[in-house]
Amino acid sequence: MASIKFDNIGKSYGETEIIKNLNFGVNDGEFMVFVGPSGCGKSTVLRMIAGLETITSGEIRIGDRVVNNVHPKDRDIAMVFQSYALYPHMNVYDNIAFGLKIRKMPDAEIRKRVKDAADLLGLDKLLDRKPKALSGGQRQRVALGRAIVRNPSVFLFDEPLSNLDAELRVQMRAEISKLQHRLNTTTVYVTHDQVEAMTMGQRIAVLRPCTDNPLDTNLMQCGSPMDLYDRPDNIFVARFIGTPRMNVLPARLSDDGTEVELFGGRMPVSDQFREAALRMRGREVMLGIRPEHIGAAHEVDWRLTQPLQGQVEMVELLGHEAILHFKVGDHVLTGRLASHGRLPTPGDTITMQLKCEAIHLFDPVTELRLR
Amino acid sequence: MADIKTKNHLLLHVVLISFTVLATYPVLWVLALAFSGQQSVGLIDLPKDPGFIERFRSILPMPAHLSVSNFTEVWTDQDFGRWMWNSAVVSLMTTMLGVFLACTAAYAFSRFRFPGRNTGMLMFLVSQMFPGTLMLIPLFIIIVKWLELGNTYVGLVIVYATTAIPFCVWMLKGYFDTIPYDIEESALIDGASRLTIFWRIILPLAKPAIAITALFSFMTAWNEFILASIFMESELNYTAPVGLRFFVGGFSSQWGYFAAGSVIVSLPVVGLFLHLQKYLISGLTAGSVK
Repeated sequence: MASIKFDNIGKSYGETEIIKNLNFGVNDGEFMVFVGPSGCGKSTVLRMIAGLETITSGEIRIGDRVVNNVHPKDRDIAMVFQSYALYPHMNVYDNIAFGLKIRKMPDAEIRKRVKDAADLLGLDKLLDRKPKALSGGQRQRVALGRAIVRNPSVFLFDEPLSNLDAELRVQMRAEISKLQHRLNTTTVYVTHDQVEAMTMGQRIAVLRPCTDNPLDTNLMQCGSPMDLYDRPDNIFVARFIGTPRMNVLPARLSDDGTEVELFGGRMPVSDQFREAALRMRGREVMLGIRPEHIGAAHEVDWRLTQPLQGQVEMVELLGHEAILHFKVGDHVLTGRLASHGRLPTPGDTITMQLKCEAIHLFDPVTELRLR
Repeated sequence: MADIKTKNHLLLHVVLISFTVLATYPVLWVLALAFSGQQSVGLIDLPKDPGFIERFRSILPMPAHLSVSNFTEVWTDQDFGRWMWNSAVVSLMTTMLGVFLACTAAYAFSRFRFPGRNTGMLMFLVSQMFPGTLMLIPLFIIIVKWLELGNTYVGLVIVYATTAIPFCVWMLKGYFDTIPYDIEESALIDGASRLTIFWRIILPLAKPAIAITALFSFMTAWNEFILASIFMESELNYTAPVGLRFFVGGFSSQWGYFAAGSVIVSLPVVGLFLHLQKYLISGLTAGSVK
């Protein structure tokens, strides 16, 4: 096991900067998830840890060692690729054993390790098969087997479940989590799927494409899943984490900074924003509210609420609940309704309740959370 | 309905059979000459005033008598065995050298980014635009005058390999490009060196392309006539195509030997093709990546 530390990491392709000023760490034995939209550099960071991409500036440490110029094979890591990247001309046994054979491990030890990994992953009956005779899930298990058999210090996963169907993805998600918990190996897992990030990661690093600002960084926030969900550091994280995404609307702080005005109504500022609201009194802010905190009056029993009247645009029925899209002024908001009973139809006028304690406030210029 | 289907079927077969006859007629004629035991091109002697049957019979590739004498005499009375041996040595050496150099070069062109990469590939292509005879004089000067390798196997192998390699590199590079790079990166992390990846991952996956390359290199050398006739001066060093040429033309017209020799010369290529056929399968990388 080993920790990973990023010290001011940068990566450029010619003039184009992909990664900028990346500073954070992955703890020993931790399951860290990198999440972000396409082009945010999450796979590039993973490949830099693996040694498959060079580092333009800064230092990466695995354990106590700076690995900037260390060959991938000497980094004591194992990687699972999105495409599985199995050796198609070798059977499952040889695929799993390849890394051990290359490292000239005794045959008996190789057999034992491959058998243990195959038993763990349910591949024991498939050892003679070639990859083309396996299903997607089985191939992904072989790729996992190839990683765990070497007993590395760090596991790297590059969107390993993207090619699987929805059901298998849920199943493999649980299997990978269990495996990591059991092996307790430091793991970095890259995904663009925030549900995967929330369900699997002990901590999540949210990345986004960097801008031209030299002080900018790709890292938007790094913390536990509930930290990111309950206390997003900025509007990007607020919108990226959570499905359906958070409503973010322009609002205004009252002149004494104790209330926030939205669509003509007033709500008290919650304790966590009180100091910042006082500093910014009388100014525009961005107000964030999650869809589950906008509900029908007869379905919720929140202490402090603010009514929002609008026109229904669309209702998405999910079975256990329905997602309501309704228009207030120029803004389309998303709320939640219980799915049983009479649901509104597009064009209906509806009054929803907003939970006042659940609002988030952001600076409209810096887009950072008010503190 | 069934009638129309049968008629279409019949028509299709008539067309197919006609083309088959057209395609195989010259080959059958060579076979007939080879097994006729005689040296003239005509398989039967026409009477002075031939009828339709005689005329039709004369264009059928069917010898009057079957005999293997042309084959045995080609081996015993002529130096044909020696010429075949020369061809085999030159062709196998060309194949080995050509495939080895083409594989390594194509892998480098496919996987590494280095200055001159695109120019290099373009130069290979440009070299294919000129006819072989245009290269005759410079090759002769380099191989015979400068390197003094005229009339040797090595000289001819160098000439053949250099002419075959550009095409082979292009073909192999195209194939290497289709092998997902993820596989190599995965092997790199597994601890394999570049050389190990090349030998244990890339080459086994590129078997179909290598088989084609080998076949092409072999056939280039095996069938070539002009360069061999210029570079190999001594009769003992003739390759099979050069030797064959001496059965006909000039003061001789031993068409029977020529046909028998042609059949013998074509056998190794047919054998090689049948042997390599099993590698000419698609889908070797199936299952590797999604």
